[in-house]
Amino acid sequence: MNWRRLTTPSALFWWALLALTWTLSTYSFQLYKALDARWIIRFPKGWQLNFEGWISSAMKWLLEDASFGLFTFQELTRFISAIIEVPYDAARALLADGFVRGLGSNAVDIAPPLSWIAVTALMVLLARYAKGWGLAALVGACFVYLAVFGQWDSAMVTLASVVIAVPIGVLGGLALGIACYRAAWVERAMRPVLDLMQTVPIFAYLVPILFLFGFGPVSALVATVIYAMPPMVRVATVALQSVPPEVVEAGHMAGCTKRQMMWKVLVPSAAPTLMVGVNQVIMLSLNMVIIASMIGAGGLGFDVLSALRRLDIGGGIEAGLAIVVIAIALDRVSQAFAGRLPDAAPARGANIAQRHPYLVAAALIVIGTYIASLALPFVQDYPERFTLTTSAFWEDAMRWINITFFDTLDTIKSFFLTWLLLPVKRFFTGIPWAWGIIAAGLAAARVGGWRLGLMAAVMSALIAAVGLWDKAMTTVYLCGVSVLIAYAIGVPLGIWAGQRARAHAWVGAFIDTLQTLPSFVYLIPVVMLFRVGDFSAMIAVVLYALAPAVRYAAHGVRSVDPQMIEAGLVAGCTPRQLLWRIKLPLAAPSLLLGLNQTIMLALSMLVITALVGTRDLGQEVYIALTKANVGQGIVAGLAVAFIAIIADRMISAMAAKSKERLGLT
Amino acid sequence: MPRARKLLCRNVWKLYGPDARSFLDQNPNPTDADLSEVAMIGAVRAADVEIREGEIFVIMGLSGSGKSTLVRCLSRLVEPTGGEIEFDGEDLLAMNAAQLTQLRRRKIGMVFQNFALLPHLTVLQNIAFPLDVQGVERATREARAHEMIDIVGLKGREDNFPRELSGGQQQRVGIARSLVGEPEIWFLDEPFSALDPLIRREMQDEFMRLQGLLHKTIVFITHDFDEAIRLADRIAVMKDGRIVQTATPEELVLNPANDYVAEFTKHIPRGKVLSIGAIMAPLGDGPFAGDLDAACRVADVADSVEAAQRPFRVMQDGAPVGQVDAAAVVDVLIGRPRT
Repeated sequence: MNWRRLTTPSALFWWALLALTWTLSTYSFQLYKALDARWIIRFPKGWQLNFEGWISSAMKWLLEDASFGLFTFQELTRFISAIIEVPYDAARALLADGFVRGLGSNAVDIAPPLSWIAVTALMVLLARYAKGWGLAALVGACFVYLAVFGQWDSAMVTLASVVIAVPIGVLGGLALGIACYRAAWVERAMRPVLDLMQTVPIFAYLVPILFLFGFGPVSALVATVIYAMPPMVRVATVALQSVPPEVVEAGHMAGCTKRQMMWKVLVPSAAPTLMVGVNQVIMLSLNMVIIASMIGAGGLGFDVLSALRRLDIGGGIEAGLAIVVIAIALDRVSQAFAGRLPDAAPARGANIAQRHPYLVAAALIVIGTYIASLALPFVQDYPERFTLTTSAFWEDAMRWINITFFDTLDTIKSFFLTWLLLPVKRFFTGIPWAWGIIAAGLAAARVGGWRLGLMAAVMSALIAAVGLWDKAMTTVYLCGVSVLIAYAIGVPLGIWAGQRARAHAWVGAFIDTLQTLPSFVYLIPVVMLFRVGDFSAMIAVVLYALAPAVRYAAHGVRSVDPQMIEAGLVAGCTPRQLLWRIKLPLAAPSLLLGLNQTIMLALSMLVITALVGTRDLGQEVYIALTKANVGQGIVAGLAVAFIAIIADRMISAMAAKSKERLGLT
Repeated sequence: MPRARKLLCRNVWKLYGPDARSFLDQNPNPTDADLSEVAMIGAVRAADVEIREGEIFVIMGLSGSGKSTLVRCLSRLVEPTGGEIEFDGEDLLAMNAAQLTQLRRRKIGMVFQNFALLPHLTVLQNIAFPLDVQGVERATREARAHEMIDIVGLKGREDNFPRELSGGQQQRVGIARSLVGEPEIWFLDEPFSALDPLIRREMQDEFMRLQGLLHKTIVFITHDFDEAIRLADRIAVMKDGRIVQTATPEELVLNPANDYVAEFTKHIPRGKVLSIGAIMAPLGDGPFAGDLDAACRVADVADSVEAAQRPFRVMQDGAPVGQVDAAAVVDVLIGRPRT
């Protein structure tokens, strides 16, 4: 190790900052006693800003009194509800409930929903169209699984929400993306909004929406769309901007009008990238639909949630697996569309079946299964007799693990708690708020200049001023420990995979799957094994946040210029020297970006782990959700967003610096 | 006889930087120092170009010389900061967006360095694309596209997608697309630069064959002086945004305007550029081995002049104007300075 590097002026700054913070953190209580100044450890109540109350009363005013002249705000929300409700009801009728006329006991069935065979066959057809028979088999297996294991009805309710949320998210995102592409000022205005929307924790979205739209599937859909749209806006903007300028010029020279340019040149040229955005919207919608079961979305998410509340291990795992299965199917199909090549034009004079073979096949499936179901009931509903349940199996397996490995699990848990979690927690929660604000400002100023320092200090001060300092520090501690562990596991894994082609393929597939899973699913096994508490939360966060650490490390190592490696080999480097002296230094910017992403994912997951009993900002948001307290929810949500923004800006500044140093800009 | 003027550009400027237009208004002829003082980049400076009907006008310059920006000013893909451009006597810069669209649909075609084909359309659809956006009905535009496919030699590739073609084939599609609307003026922006040397040569021949068929007015951009010499009727050499010299290939070689141009012409096989008229000696008494036209390229007649024992008489417009002997031809071919 190079000791001189630890004593440079820049390293000394960090040592001094750390030492001072540690001292103040450890002795803050003594300091308070000695000076008899309680404000050192508690932010004085009298100075607290009542944002919570202001926001709550503003929302109340919005809902009860606000008016735009012609209509009131409440009418607007009702109107939005209505236009969402119509297609949602239709989708739900089609997939899950069947079509009825009339209400309540007077209801008359008009038509049953699509049968399980029809839905499965249509999905298989879609997969075949997108890629081929291999994917079709996978998708078919996924949907048959849902039927056989008795998850069909819940799964279809979930799917109905996704089917409605995705087109709204995609079209809305595309429209905003086009606006960003056309006018630079729209993009400038949009960027901070998108940043905030992606850093505010999911639960915080739910609170005001719950307040405005009430409990039920429409609220859940609104939340889903808002949550899933930002990445589409970004992807659409970038996709349109990266259409080669020559192609745009070719469009101009061909004499395209503005509209022709957009729809005949830009959007089709950007289609493969746009499909990446569509894939993201689908996966985020699924994630949110699951979480939104808390405000009435129903479906698989509700099953998991109620199983978690009842500590029904088997049921929870079953529903969780069903979510995994749906996630995999939707992800693979939408990814296949992104890589799909356009069809050759059909021969002239072809009949309708030759021109649209898939549409015709789909129509035949729907009509055929409908007629068959009139005579054969098992075509309509998968017969209950043949349903398998694994609930008991999981229950036994978990019991066995818990009994057999109780001591081992308990030892692991208390080891981590004693030696890592608690000391770090003591350190962070001990920091007096006033010094915390200064330290955040100093650190940020050091890496990114005084503007960044000022921003970090102001944001930290706001967190303190709304009385959330302790909870924020608990969030920082849990997030910090989780990120540390995720990074310590993920980076070596990524480096290892980045140097071996076959390992890269396997690890990549594993990480991809891990990332498609809705965040909710991670809680299930963790709670089963380690009960509730900080340790369980940490494990769930580590699992969820592992992916970017691995991916960016692998990417960084792989994208080192081969000439550099050849130069190293010629200079006589051993493989070890090659890694430490050449690959890692050059991969530094990529590693930092990975760290950034890891922190972002960790924060978003941390909020969800409020369900397993943490005591941080996430819990604050969750409590606000259960009480429908808009002010509390928004304030705590923004506090999380502030932490995320400070971390993001600081690490981005570090990455930019290291890129500049390596001449990679 | 000078041909009719097709495209005229006078004192055209393209400056990049904040408030470029008002800067140029106040300071109509800024120097290098003026520009660097306000951190302005002069991509095109005081360009004067006159392009005549039916000629191949080559704009030659190294990368960053402003040649691509100039051709984009001529087609108004880039808005010039100042100057005048006339197309068929009409003020191009006064046209609004709709008029410009109409002009491009009817009168201008353009070929791009990296082909700029639309990835989601087949060869046939790509070629028919300009007609498609004009609203030409499908059967008509595809029939027309099929004609173009025959002309550029892509028969059998109609239903392929661009990514399935080689670079040379892709550029054939680009050429066919630019010609499908029967433009009067044809812009080619480094059309062969992205191709391998052998393919480039082949495409140049193909280009000359097409021009022999179609007689378009052509503005051809290249960074390759050999290519410029091979194809051009006239060449404009650009450096740092300025046109250094506009002349026929022969004049460039004989009288380079400055050292910069001379540096390019030095390595050119002169026999392929110079005409007999340019190297002839005053007419002597004879006897002569035969008559040659003054416009013949030296390389084309070198064999017969060298083989003959006597000089040839040089004729222009039916009258003898000089004579040329084997020694003069050899001097040109081996690049010996003329005394």
